[in-house]
Amino acid sequence: MAEHKIRVTVNGTAHEAEVESRLLLVHLIRDVLRFTGTHIGCDTTHCGACTVLLDGEPIKSCTVLAVQADGRQLMTVEGLEKDGQLHPIQEGFWEKHGLQCGYCTPGMMMTAYALLQQNGNPSEDEIRQAISGNLCRCTGYMNIVKSIRYAAEKLP
Amino acid sequence: MVPQTIAEVGGMGHSIKRKEDPRLIRGKGTYVDDIQLPGMVYMDIVRSPFAHAKIKSINSENALKVPGVLAVITGETLAQYNLHWMPTLMSDTQMVLPTEKVMYQAQEVAAVIASDRYAAADGVEAVEVEYDPLPVVVDPFKALQPDAPVLRTDKEGKKDNHIFHWEAGDNEGTNRAIDEADVVVKQDIYLPRIHVASIETCGCIADFDRVMGKLTVYMTTQAPHAVRTVFALVAGHVGLSEEKIRIISPDIGGGFGGKVPVYPGYVIAVAASVVLGKPIKWIEDRIENLQADSFARDYHITAELAAKKDGTMTGLRIKTLADHGYTDAAANPSKFPAGMFSICTGSYDFKHAFAEVDGVYTNKPPGGIAYRCSFRVTEAVHAIERMTDVLAHELKMDAADLRLKNFIPADKFPYKSALGWEYDSGNYHGALEKAMQKIGYAGLRKEQAEKRKAGELMGIGISSFTEIVGAGPSKHFDILGLKMFDSCEIRIHPTGKAIARFGTKSQGQGHETTYAQIIAEELGIPAAHIEIEEGDTDTAPYGLGTYASRSTPTAGAAGAMAARKIREKAKKIAAHLLEVAEGDLEWEPGKFSVKGAPQKAKTIQEIVFAAYTNHPPGMEPGLEAVSYYDPPNLTFPFGSYICVVDLDRGTGEVKIRRFVAVDDCGNIINPMIVDGQIHGGLTMGMAPALLEEISYDENGNVQGGSFMDYLLPTAVETPQWETDKTVTPSPHHPFGAKGVGESATVGAPPAIANAIVDALAHLEVRHIDIPITPEKVWKILKEKGVAL
Repeated sequence: MAEHKIRVTVNGTAHEAEVESRLLLVHLIRDVLRFTGTHIGCDTTHCGACTVLLDGEPIKSCTVLAVQADGRQLMTVEGLEKDGQLHPIQEGFWEKHGLQCGYCTPGMMMTAYALLQQNGNPSEDEIRQAISGNLCRCTGYMNIVKSIRYAAEKLP
Repeated sequence: MVPQTIAEVGGMGHSIKRKEDPRLIRGKGTYVDDIQLPGMVYMDIVRSPFAHAKIKSINSENALKVPGVLAVITGETLAQYNLHWMPTLMSDTQMVLPTEKVMYQAQEVAAVIASDRYAAADGVEAVEVEYDPLPVVVDPFKALQPDAPVLRTDKEGKKDNHIFHWEAGDNEGTNRAIDEADVVVKQDIYLPRIHVASIETCGCIADFDRVMGKLTVYMTTQAPHAVRTVFALVAGHVGLSEEKIRIISPDIGGGFGGKVPVYPGYVIAVAASVVLGKPIKWIEDRIENLQADSFARDYHITAELAAKKDGTMTGLRIKTLADHGYTDAAANPSKFPAGMFSICTGSYDFKHAFAEVDGVYTNKPPGGIAYRCSFRVTEAVHAIERMTDVLAHELKMDAADLRLKNFIPADKFPYKSALGWEYDSGNYHGALEKAMQKIGYAGLRKEQAEKRKAGELMGIGISSFTEIVGAGPSKHFDILGLKMFDSCEIRIHPTGKAIARFGTKSQGQGHETTYAQIIAEELGIPAAHIEIEEGDTDTAPYGLGTYASRSTPTAGAAGAMAARKIREKAKKIAAHLLEVAEGDLEWEPGKFSVKGAPQKAKTIQEIVFAAYTNHPPGMEPGLEAVSYYDPPNLTFPFGSYICVVDLDRGTGEVKIRRFVAVDDCGNIINPMIVDGQIHGGLTMGMAPALLEEISYDENGNVQGGSFMDYLLPTAVETPQWETDKTVTPSPHHPFGAKGVGESATVGAPPAIANAIVDALAHLEVRHIDIPITPEKVWKILKEKGVAL
């Protein structure tokens, strides 16, 4: 299996890795670079637990190859908090009880982050559509919607 | 309930923010696949493509040539140690790896150990297995026919596919009630196989330390202590001794019952670690999770409900065929092969009832676990709540009126049910009336009549469920002989802070928060300063784990009882410090004061400090306590749900317009968390009502074995839930709580099904089996000539 030397920037810090062609991006993030906040829930792009931002776009990292991220910018859940300050999305999930087991939460928050970048004041329906590729088995989504609304109101 | 403690203490009734969230919102939780141990290698599993086949040969030669592959483990490997079979929780037997034949599609056939995940998967591809297909038994009714092939050829003398017969109640009296009734309705109801599909799948890291002889297993388990004992019992003969086994259940990404069983993958990983002397990680993928892990439901029910002309229910008879797959690996208490199915008389005052269940083997994965419900309670509630609507339809009575007429009245509690349970407390009229008022029931019925005239299909469905949770009293409830108590150990530190450990294991329920609140309530120590730990069998006291809504009724109760032991000792210390008799002291959260002289007082912090610095002569220093709580009875949460649906005549699509849920779980620890549990439960109730099913074709090929076909609700299908409550405390629980995690999963499916059937009732539709998909609805619309 061919090995490739790749360079990716994760949450603002550059990383280099030797990877097999077939290595999935999610395994690069979790097993090689050890950002374990990004989770795996299905392998088939349905559940969204592995959602990260690639050059600012939310993608499901279980169906992207690590080599495809070569030379690009990644943002994971570990990049939300800045200088010891929780991001308003994180605050919202804590304040509004937007998580229970916490397994879908990082992917859900990254999708919410991308939504709020594009639409600073999303309606409930827009939020529900935006997170429809992220499955949560615990919360019934209501408090997740409230958490994202909280962040929308808090963000400048 | 008005909180008794101030917000800074955060006892019962405060919606304090969750203590587990700071790590989880930062991606700093520790789920099993996040753990990497030095020298760790990976395991992947070869699975059967056939539902029933002889294994002619397994050839590992090519697999062992794959770079990175270290070993291939087969049933023959395990048979050397007599570990190729294991007991199930229901005292049946289950293959760890087969030596002769496979019994369902996706069954484990061999395991490959390799240096990384990818090499292990390559190895799986390279293992060559030759099969000789055998006749497949899929239909449980056919499985009982005399000419059906006998599946469990491993059981000497077994001549059929019958597993067990269970019954409860008064057969003769029920027959008489049915014979003498003015009206009897009869209905077949099928609750299909479904899967809990927690977003985290199952997995483990088995780490056998050859030097110390100690096995540590990090695993996705809801019941770590029971697993430790099971491992000791199963592998005792190869030298695994219970003190040398440590089970660690780290953060769990949802359980819902699916993480109660001990799956073959765990056992193979343990065996591999012992053989290779390396830590072995096994993480199943989603398809393995859906196709091979324990399923829920699969109950074929026939129910008969007898009543007088005026609607008074007089008798209930339910006969059920339970498809258990190839082995009875249900997770029920030992004496209850059909779980708590005998709660099927529900919220109604029946004089006569009889229920029976027969378990059957088929060529399907084993199971019979819960799906976010106490043992088989959803099946029971669906049966009675659907039948109540069928009866209302037959009598042309309003479904709410029929329920109000037959509810067990509030003044009859504690109530002895016809099938033998003693319901602790209830106010069923109160809950339904509140739900009707909140949703505007009378107005909705008027609207429905108008819509019908206009050709629109709108339905209103009610479900007034009674749950049975908190197993349970040890005189009746055990798992493999282990009594179903639960436990708490509290240690108070000199500066007035505490750590408490419990025998349960949260999978998202928020125990780190609510357990701290229980202790805060009892001792007045702020919940913020009480650390809660669970899931490590080397440190936590023994308990049976978290499932069946038992954590608050059992371990939560143990927390209160342990705290009360501490308070008793604190009182002695306070009396010593204040130089008064104990009888002269009175307690308010956080301090003891002298009766009639409230300025003479000692705070809990002062008392605690004295326990370590100035304890009374003759008394042991320190302040800690353990409680093993054996509940005197189960608890019986209840509620009334009303659902309003609109059906699309063009597509058959069901739109939930409104859903009002009035729940009563007794006294509430944290209202925010209770609401969250209900939201999630309602969504997991909607899922099987509208979307989820795992079925099999005639060759035993699984249909719906991935998220392509097994549809979990997304945020788009899920409606805004409207929640409310009544509060009827449990009289026997130390702080009057009942448990809540599963009520909504149990109560929601019949409310939704009843609403859909109600939308079609004027077309003489009486019943539709769940999941009620657009296809099913559209076919009915077409058949009735109302499809657009």
